[in-house]
Amino acid sequence: MYLKKNIATSESGFIFNPSSGDSYNVNPVAAEILQQLKQGTALAAIKENILKDYEVEPMRLEQDLEDFMNQLKEANLLEN
Amino acid sequence: MKKMLYESPSIQKLNGGMMNKFGTRTEYEPVKQIDGVAVQTMMAQYGSPLFVLSERTIRRNYQNAVRAFKTRYPKVQFAWSYKTNYLNAVCKIFHQEGSWAEVVSGFEYRKAIGNGVPGNKIIFNGPEKTNEELELAVNNGSLIHIDHFDELYQLIILSDQLNKKPRVAIRVNMDTGIYPMWDRFGFNYENGQAFSALSKIVASGKMELIGLHCHIGTFMLSTDAYATAVKKLGDLAWKCKTQLNTSIQYIDLGGGFPSANTLRGSFLPGTDNVPSVDEFAEAITNGLLQLGFGADELPLLILESGRVLIDDAGYLLASVIANKRLSDGRRATILDAGVNLLFTSFWYDHKISPAQDFTQHSEDMVLYGPLCMNIDVIRQSINLPILNRGDKVVVHKVGAYNMTQWMQFIQMRPNVILIDEQGQTHLVRAAENLQYVEQPERMPEHLKPIDL
Repeated sequence: MYLKKNIATSESGFIFNPSSGDSYNVNPVAAEILQQLKQGTALAAIKENILKDYEVEPMRLEQDLEDFMNQLKEANLLEN
Repeated sequence: MKKMLYESPSIQKLNGGMMNKFGTRTEYEPVKQIDGVAVQTMMAQYGSPLFVLSERTIRRNYQNAVRAFKTRYPKVQFAWSYKTNYLNAVCKIFHQEGSWAEVVSGFEYRKAIGNGVPGNKIIFNGPEKTNEELELAVNNGSLIHIDHFDELYQLIILSDQLNKKPRVAIRVNMDTGIYPMWDRFGFNYENGQAFSALSKIVASGKMELIGLHCHIGTFMLSTDAYATAVKKLGDLAWKCKTQLNTSIQYIDLGGGFPSANTLRGSFLPGTDNVPSVDEFAEAITNGLLQLGFGADELPLLILESGRVLIDDAGYLLASVIANKRLSDGRRATILDAGVNLLFTSFWYDHKISPAQDFTQHSEDMVLYGPLCMNIDVIRQSINLPILNRGDKVVVHKVGAYNMTQWMQFIQMRPNVILIDEQGQTHLVRAAENLQYVEQPERMPEHLKPIDL
């Protein structure tokens, strides 16, 4: 699962989809995940990285990641 | 290296449409303490969910309300509306402050007696009063507010049997410009029923007619309605004096003043559109002083306020059980307190605050309670920071009606504590257990054995 190539992301959490004109605001953890997705990092590796950097239990992160990826899909930000 | 603080990842679409003139966020600061006592400490000690009452707020509300009326009118008496919250500890605070008791059933009447209220300072309202209860009230010299003709005749017979003169008032209903008009209680003013009842009481010679009572509605947002009620009751009082030769000693305007809660469907938040007690006091006392009674014959003004005196003194502390995503993408957060404890969530959009630090990122969500029932919704839509399992929230202004209308449904009722004026916590109602709930049940012999 990759972020669409044309999606613009900023470190401060501002997301812009030029093909739809929609913009989004994300919180810091989400911004971090999006940066890594954009660089083509695999989900499993993203999970490892977040676990290393943030104070979070693996089970909770797994649940949150699944929920977040679903939200990205709903927002039409992921490559099919 | 110290790890960074984690928050569930969240994405919010930015909408360029109309701004919400009230802003989007409901909460900017966590509520970590109540009257100086930490929310986390109380929940660790007394469990979750937990009702918390502030004695300081109750006393402050009461004293402010009394001041609002007494500075405008010389003879004022409050009577605590038991049905609003009849936990004995709560009632006792009001009685310590000088409030009489206003009860609407034999059960509440006995509670008031048990709380040490003298019989002649108990106002007995309500449509159902059994012979036994009325006998008790007559013997105690309580103020009996007659609701219907059947009760009026019941009292005439009882006064013969007891050879005593009950002290009575009638409840009057009337058009005060409020829709819907409350006409199910008492005798109607406009069609002459009320005066007819008063005439019958005086003509019977069996009762002492001492007062007039009305309760025009609940959560009243108009002070004018009270001014109208005063005028109409005043008219009846004059008629009693001039036509029935009976002086009315008190006018009881009931309750109905709103708290600062926000009614569901209300455009403005409650804090912005609810008149203050001072505004009600101004309308009522102005009306009374214009009735034309001399300074020595002014009737005593009785008020049966409940909600306005206790709603903001009550909090419900709850914990987050889970988060989920609904089919339409909305976030749903499940709390361990539902409509079983928060009956008022059917009427109000309760203010709810997180009890721990949060970031500026928030999401629209539905707040559900723990019941396996579709009706268990605390807030249909609320913008809150993302709450995680185990996080605590504070539901505000829940002191009125919840601790009397709560249901023992699916779950049992939790602890209720009171924070006194020194910041000490006291358990005032212990959490229910299975034994308590099953205590009144009886098992027929043939149902005892089971073999599965």
